[in-house]
Amino acid sequence: MSTHVDGNALAGPLSEMFSVDVTCAKGTCAGCGDTSVLAEARVFVDPMGFVVRCSHCEDVLMTVIAEPDHAMVELSGLSRLILTR
Amino acid sequence: MSGVWKVGVVTETHTETASARSILITIPDWPGNIAGQHVDVRLTAPDGYTAVRSYSLASAGSAPQVQLAVDKLPDGEVSPYLVDELRAGDELELRGPLGGWFVWRPTDTAPVQLIGGGSGIVPLMAMIRSHQDSGSTVPFRLLYSVRTPEDVFFVDELRALGASPTIDITFVYTRQAPVDWPVLPGRVNRDAMEASTFAASDAPSVFVCGPTGFVETVADILVELGHNPNTVKTERFGGK
Amino acid sequence: MAVISRGFFGRRREENPDLPPGQYLTEDFPVLSAGPTPVVDTADWGFTIETESGLVTTWTWEQLKALPIEDIHTDIHCVTRWSKFGTSWRGVSLDTLFKDIDTTNEYVMAHSYGGYTTNMPLADLLGGKAWIAFEFDGKDLEPEHGGPARLLIPHLYFWKSAKWIRGLRMHSRDDPGFWEQNGYHIYGDPWLEQRYW
Repeated sequence: MSTHVDGNALAGPLSEMFSVDVTCAKGTCAGCGDTSVLAEARVFVDPMGFVVRCSHCEDVLMTVIAEPDHAMVELSGLSRLILTR
Repeated sequence: MSGVWKVGVVTETHTETASARSILITIPDWPGNIAGQHVDVRLTAPDGYTAVRSYSLASAGSAPQVQLAVDKLPDGEVSPYLVDELRAGDELELRGPLGGWFVWRPTDTAPVQLIGGGSGIVPLMAMIRSHQDSGSTVPFRLLYSVRTPEDVFFVDELRALGASPTIDITFVYTRQAPVDWPVLPGRVNRDAMEASTFAASDAPSVFVCGPTGFVETVADILVELGHNPNTVKTERFGGK
Repeated sequence: MAVISRGFFGRRREENPDLPPGQYLTEDFPVLSAGPTPVVDTADWGFTIETESGLVTTWTWEQLKALPIEDIHTDIHCVTRWSKFGTSWRGVSLDTLFKDIDTTNEYVMAHSYGGYTTNMPLADLLGGKAWIAFEFDGKDLEPEHGGPARLLIPHLYFWKSAKWIRGLRMHSRDDPGFWEQNGYHIYGDPWLEQRYW
């Protein structure tokens, strides 16, 4: 069984790139249009990177790589990121 | 700033179960944390090899001392070190506090239903302690699922709390129950939840934490019981 | 300046002059997961090669198993720095599968059940360098390690050895697959330490 965690696990890695807590932001899936809080996204913790999937359609929302010599966030699966104040 | 690595010093460790230990760490520049937040812990070997893992904080508040509680995973790389090797006086690198979603604040007014499986009790314990320390009178209930009575984290503290009017605690034993326990051992199911958790009509804020399989089973039952998914927050630790 | 953690050494690992640069030797076989493990019944399984003309050649599980099968004994290298010496596999060579394929395209995109993709030059699949592997260590390849069958290209970093392989599509350009779009190297030669762009 391939286990996953949720978007809460991204708070640390994303803190290097964003000054706000992105896990509390809502993201719109570019695939199915679902808008949900990133903390509730399905996150697969691959040693090569965090693969963040839409909890409705499983499409990849984003990938977060936070290695000492390679830090990158690939966001093409998110059409919107909504921060509430 | 949450993204920066801070160095803490271990001041005390305490055995919680046969495979778990709680760890008290003093961090001079700790900004304080809300109940439910976590930290990333970074270990560095002499050759520069690093390993990073996330652990929920069992503590909340502004004191420069935080508590983690770690369960040793059989094939883990970091947890065996934290449970078996780490000792008072050792330095530990932490990043945090992290996470603003799976949190409870004393200013929150809804009744609170906490549901934890195994080590999933850790962030829920922070919420219980925050509730106690703040004097909040919001009703709290805890459903805590463990394999056997020996697997309960914070057993003395929970036993004492069980006698207090501020929180209702229900244990579910999945493999072996105490002698004279009225229910046969078994996984958390709809009946167990209906019997002891707040009903959807009570409009509780629900927090579910533990292994991924446990959290998803419980979340499905909550939806079946009529809870609005928007009122249920989950934190998955991975695994079954 | 990181703090050294007293008494921490991590998983058992050794440096070894026979390893590519930056790698450690491991006895484990770590499971990497970018998504849920697909469950594919061999009764439903198929492997296809699609060329630029649109021609699709398909093998069922039985057809694959009827082809010449080779024993492969090789070292594997993961970009996350783990290497394993002397792993044993059984599978069908891509040379066998490409024997009657007519293509002038030089690049390939590998597609997996579950949606994973990775790319490589066709030349790196031929000449005895790559297989469709369905046995590891004398046993049927387990789903968590890519079973029923995975691509096996040991001379490149192991993310190129696509698990749950479903097919190959010819490309005229070296278009990036999943990890390659995420900053990992387009080719991935462990001996040149081609980890990232």
